[in-house]
Amino acid sequence: MIFENILLAIGSLRANKMRSLLTMLGIIIGITSVIAIMTVGNSMSASVSDQLSVFGTGNISVYIQEKSEDTGNTPLFMRSATLSESGGIVPDSRSSSKAPDSEDLMTQDMIDAFAEAFRGRIDGVSQARPVADSAQARDGELYANVSVYGVNAAFENANRIELVAGRFINASDVAGNRGVAVVSEKAIQNMFAGETPEGALGRQLKTYANGGINVYTIVGVYKYTRSVLSVSSVAEKDIRTNLYIPVSVAMMDSVEKNFSSVTAVAAKGVNVVSLTSEIENYFRSVYARNEDFGVAANNMESELSAITNALDQISMAIALIAAISLLVGGIGVMNIMLVSVTERTREIGTRKALGARNSHIRLQFVTEAAIIAVIGGVIGIILGVSGGTALVSFLDVPMIIDPLTVFGTIVFSMCIGIFFGYYPANKAAKLNPIDALRYE
Amino acid sequence: MIDAENITKSYFTGTPNELTVLKNVNFHVEKGEFVAVVGASGSGKSTLMNILGALDKPTSGGYALDGEPLEKLSDNQLSAIRNRKIGFVFQNFNLIPRVTALKNVELPLFYMGVGGAERERKSRELLELVEMADRAKHVPNELSGGQKQRVAIARSLANDPAIILADEPTGALDSKTGLMVMDIFTRINRDGRTIVLITHNPELARMAGRVITLSDGEIISDERVKGGAIA
Ligand SMILES: Nc1ncnc2c1ncn2[C@@H]1O[C@H](COP(=O)(O)OP(=O)(O)OP(=O)(O)O)[C@@H](O)[C@H]1O
Ligand SMILES: [Mg+2]
Repeated sequence: MIFENILLAIGSLRANKMRSLLTMLGIIIGITSVIAIMTVGNSMSASVSDQLSVFGTGNISVYIQEKSEDTGNTPLFMRSATLSESGGIVPDSRSSSKAPDSEDLMTQDMIDAFAEAFRGRIDGVSQARPVADSAQARDGELYANVSVYGVNAAFENANRIELVAGRFINASDVAGNRGVAVVSEKAIQNMFAGETPEGALGRQLKTYANGGINVYTIVGVYKYTRSVLSVSSVAEKDIRTNLYIPVSVAMMDSVEKNFSSVTAVAAKGVNVVSLTSEIENYFRSVYARNEDFGVAANNMESELSAITNALDQISMAIALIAAISLLVGGIGVMNIMLVSVTERTREIGTRKALGARNSHIRLQFVTEAAIIAVIGGVIGIILGVSGGTALVSFLDVPMIIDPLTVFGTIVFSMCIGIFFGYYPANKAAKLNPIDALRYE
Repeated sequence: MIDAENITKSYFTGTPNELTVLKNVNFHVEKGEFVAVVGASGSGKSTLMNILGALDKPTSGGYALDGEPLEKLSDNQLSAIRNRKIGFVFQNFNLIPRVTALKNVELPLFYMGVGGAERERKSRELLELVEMADRAKHVPNELSGGQKQRVAIARSLANDPAIILADEPTGALDSKTGLMVMDIFTRINRDGRTIVLITHNPELARMAGRVITLSDGEIISDERVKGGAIA
């Protein structure tokens, strides 16, 4: 019965191809936008989480900020922000604001006191000091491109460093100013051809940067993961990875002994959001006498949910527009079905003369409306997915298509067809047979 | 088979221009009869036929088909009566456009709930009967008037109805084709089916066993035809 009706419906749609297509247009546009939005939205939030997942959500950025710079609760992503070296996100200061002097920054004593004050509630304070952005680590003729950072032990946790061999920089390396380094698998591959990470432990490397040469002993090798987002055209052997040395060693050559930002790692089970404001409070008294600068803190968890929220809101807004166009599409289906019923009044009369019940006629026209809507929906899905794919590749984020969404969309467009087709179908069903037969 | 008592049909009832098209018509047809209804245009033939076919309801009067009064039946029950007991043949064929001859013939079976294979078998048989088997897969647009009417007759027979109601089935055909269609009706009637046929052609009317003449909504004559079909 249903199958017969579907064949019948397809037959009558094919008889009016152009009209059917125009009728579907509203639904096509609606479904296309829904699918495209969902694809882009899902892909964007996946990409954001992917980007931020290198940090723990328990990371709290603690950074120097001008006191006049009242940012309220504006999420960071709505301002321009930079990933801090120690493993967090720090907002860029306004171009008008003045740069902090050395004495405005956090001293090592201050940082140690802070770590002490929050002992138990934080798993350490990650510090990083860039030494050389573009350096080369060499072993004879072979080289690896590296960026050199001086870091402390807490850096490992804050940046989710995964070691494949050896250990990370530890507290005694920092205390003893040891000339040790932790490098990436990639650097090992490039620098010691054919060497395993384990075999590289204890070997020495030289770094060439800023005209100086330094020698370090490798104590650890970390896992190299190429970022999903990097589409660099750099050759494998020129890929630049980070090389970590003790922060105290880095400080020896540094004029600036203080820090503009550090990253605290919240201990397990601690409420990150309230810890963040406690940290701000703590530094408020520390910086009470500084007129221009203070310390602000923000956490990844709030940032992540702020971004997700914003994405959700944008999606909602566009979904609303899509819903309106689906409504218009549905009304279009209803309109064309009314025309179709009028055109086929005689046919309806004939069917009734041959014994069709009202329910037969109703089902026939509802099926036809549902088919129009479903075909429109399927076209919409195809266009939406290809449009979404194009947008996603333009935005350079990974593509995510949810099969449940696709299935749901087909069901949904069928419901639109049934809902808006019901009234015309019912009108057809209730026609008086003799009036329908006599219709000119 | 057909028992219509005191049938009156009026339009615009209760208004100043009330129009009574059937006036106390008594119409009885026995099983197996072949009845021709004649009369001037506008005399109420089609109106009567539609009432007999359960497509329309009389303003007053009682009508029983095969012993079953129709007055109190619901729309669905009337659909079932039309489906099982009556086969319609129209002047303008009323085949469903875009649907093949075969599928057109299948329609009454479809509404009766007969399965696809059985529907097709029966329909092919009927197309065979009206010599239209070779055109089973053609849509109405591809058929001549006479061919269309033969398909329509096949369709009217699909559910093996007791009565065939034909309203000017030859009206749109030339006289030769008309005779061929009449020949089919005669054959069907010989199989024991009751036929009521409206025609303007006195020659064709005489092929029936009984001729009823309507004038201005009233039966003015009802005569048996000698040498006509079973009366
Ligand atoms: N729906 C209607 N509303 C008003 N008047 C109607 C309606 N249907 C039929 N009539 C009138 O009823 C009368 C009989 O019509 P009917 O169709 O029964 O005539 P007929 O005998 O079949 O004529 P013909 O031979 O031309 O087909 C006509 O005068 C017609 O105008
Ligand atoms: Mg008529």
